[in-house]
Amino acid sequence: MSITEILFYAFSGVLLVSAIGVITARNPVHAALFLVFSFFNSAVLWILLEAEFLAIVLVLVYVGAVMVLFLFVVMMLDVKIAEVREGFTRYAPLGILIALIVVAEIGSVVFVKTLGQEVTPVTQVAAEAGYSNTGALGELLYTKYLYPFELAAVILLLAIVAAIVLTMRRRAGLKQQDIGAQVSVRAQDRIRVVKMPPVIEGGEKQS
Amino acid sequence: MSGVPDFVNTLLPFLPEWIRAVVFYGVVALILFISVILTMAFLTLAERRVIGSIQARIGPNRVGPGGLLQPFADVLKLMLKEIVVPTASNKFLFIIAPLLAVIPALAAWAVVPLWPGFAVADINAGLLYLLALSSAGVYGVILAGWATNSKYAFLGAMRAAAQMVAYEIAMGFALVGVVMAAGSLNLGEIIERQSGGYFSYFFWWMIPLFVVYFISGVAETNRAPFDVVEGESEIVAGFHVEYSGMAFAVFFVAEYVNMILISALTAIFFFGGWLSPFEGYPLPGFITAPGFHWLFLKLAFFLFCYLWFRATFPRYRYDQIMRLGWKVFIPVTLVWLAVLGVFFAYDIGPWSK
Repeated sequence: MSITEILFYAFSGVLLVSAIGVITARNPVHAALFLVFSFFNSAVLWILLEAEFLAIVLVLVYVGAVMVLFLFVVMMLDVKIAEVREGFTRYAPLGILIALIVVAEIGSVVFVKTLGQEVTPVTQVAAEAGYSNTGALGELLYTKYLYPFELAAVILLLAIVAAIVLTMRRRAGLKQQDIGAQVSVRAQDRIRVVKMPPVIEGGEKQS
Repeated sequence: MSGVPDFVNTLLPFLPEWIRAVVFYGVVALILFISVILTMAFLTLAERRVIGSIQARIGPNRVGPGGLLQPFADVLKLMLKEIVVPTASNKFLFIIAPLLAVIPALAAWAVVPLWPGFAVADINAGLLYLLALSSAGVYGVILAGWATNSKYAFLGAMRAAAQMVAYEIAMGFALVGVVMAAGSLNLGEIIERQSGGYFSYFFWWMIPLFVVYFISGVAETNRAPFDVVEGESEIVAGFHVEYSGMAFAVFFVAEYVNMILISALTAIFFFGGWLSPFEGYPLPGFITAPGFHWLFLKLAFFLFCYLWFRATFPRYRYDQIMRLGWKVFIPVTLVWLAVLGVFFAYDIGPWSK
């Protein structure tokens, strides 16, 4: 066994254990952390495949942004385990059905060769010196797949706008800061200086 | 750095090739680790002396000549202190959280080019690697706050999560400009694209991006004036309120190593890293030659800025921090990226050569 294979089995073993941890952990925060850990391990597997761009982006996007916000929400939940378990028997048949379908799909992909379908040949090309995975991906994305790529970006933008529009609503009586008005305020707007003749105790008036 | 040098092969011929590589890179990484930790130790001393003199006091000057041994005295003190683990805390996460904070901070140094042709790992996607690691660093803070099981710590963790996510986006956008100008994600190549004296530095063409990057860097490291994460007046000490002894010290190390890292990266992205600003001038060799001393000088200046900010500015209010990150910095970077695009289209700037 080469060193790459040993690393592969080690990391995929840890990946499987942490993936099982995601669904068996009782505490939702622990489940989220198991998910983060499995993201890390799958990133390592991608690095072993010399797909460093995908590996780094997985950590950057999922670990660095998505899961942080996820944890943010999960940590504030007050999850009662009894409530979570309430509908277990009712939903179990549906869950088992979906699980079986997923297993069947994965199996059919793995054993697609035996089913007589054509398999995309795996061309294991050793990376030449100076070959940049990131550069190659970028070239394809901005030439051949430009329209699908831009389309995906627009759909994401749409999702952002939709999410903001759904939550941005003006409530009556809501007090908000107007930063522009605060910055452009002058002393004259706040204080009125009143000129008054001085009054001296004891009578006579100074001119 | 590419490959294991020959002297290692002649020194350890009895080992298989991959073990030789592991041993060699391990030793290099260890040397880098010790240097970074030592820099961090003296940075804590520098911070106290600099802020002391800004505030017209002396600062620590008793341990060793001029207080030079003060960091070691501090480490000794922290090592001898008891680590108190709160009963209601999640013990495993409580212990592991400081490690999650310090590991990304140290691992990021692997791709930082220290002098011409040297970085522990000279990888093509170096800049992406840095962004990925700096975004993973927030876990230490969040988990510390949550595992402590205390309201103050939890508030600190929530603040940290929101703040770091906000400023990471501005930081990433600022770096897009650097990548556009350099045409590479490799840090060494980014530096080489800036060669040709001080006027070739990217700084002159992206002053807004530089300002956004450095201020976001200050916010990312949770330093004053963005240190609401550990705001003493509101939430005692924020996420590390229950940490003591070495567990606290590890958070401290993470924060300071991140400061040094952000300073080094600012020097690399906008001020030419190890390049000499006086390239081509008729001056003595070491002034015109590129080398580690230039990176160190530039880095030291930005570290000084960190200390200067801390002594100068009052702490931001939390909603103002959020507003600055989302509503000011991100639009500024987007506008300047468009301006840079115009520069490229009409071949204005050093990249037209």
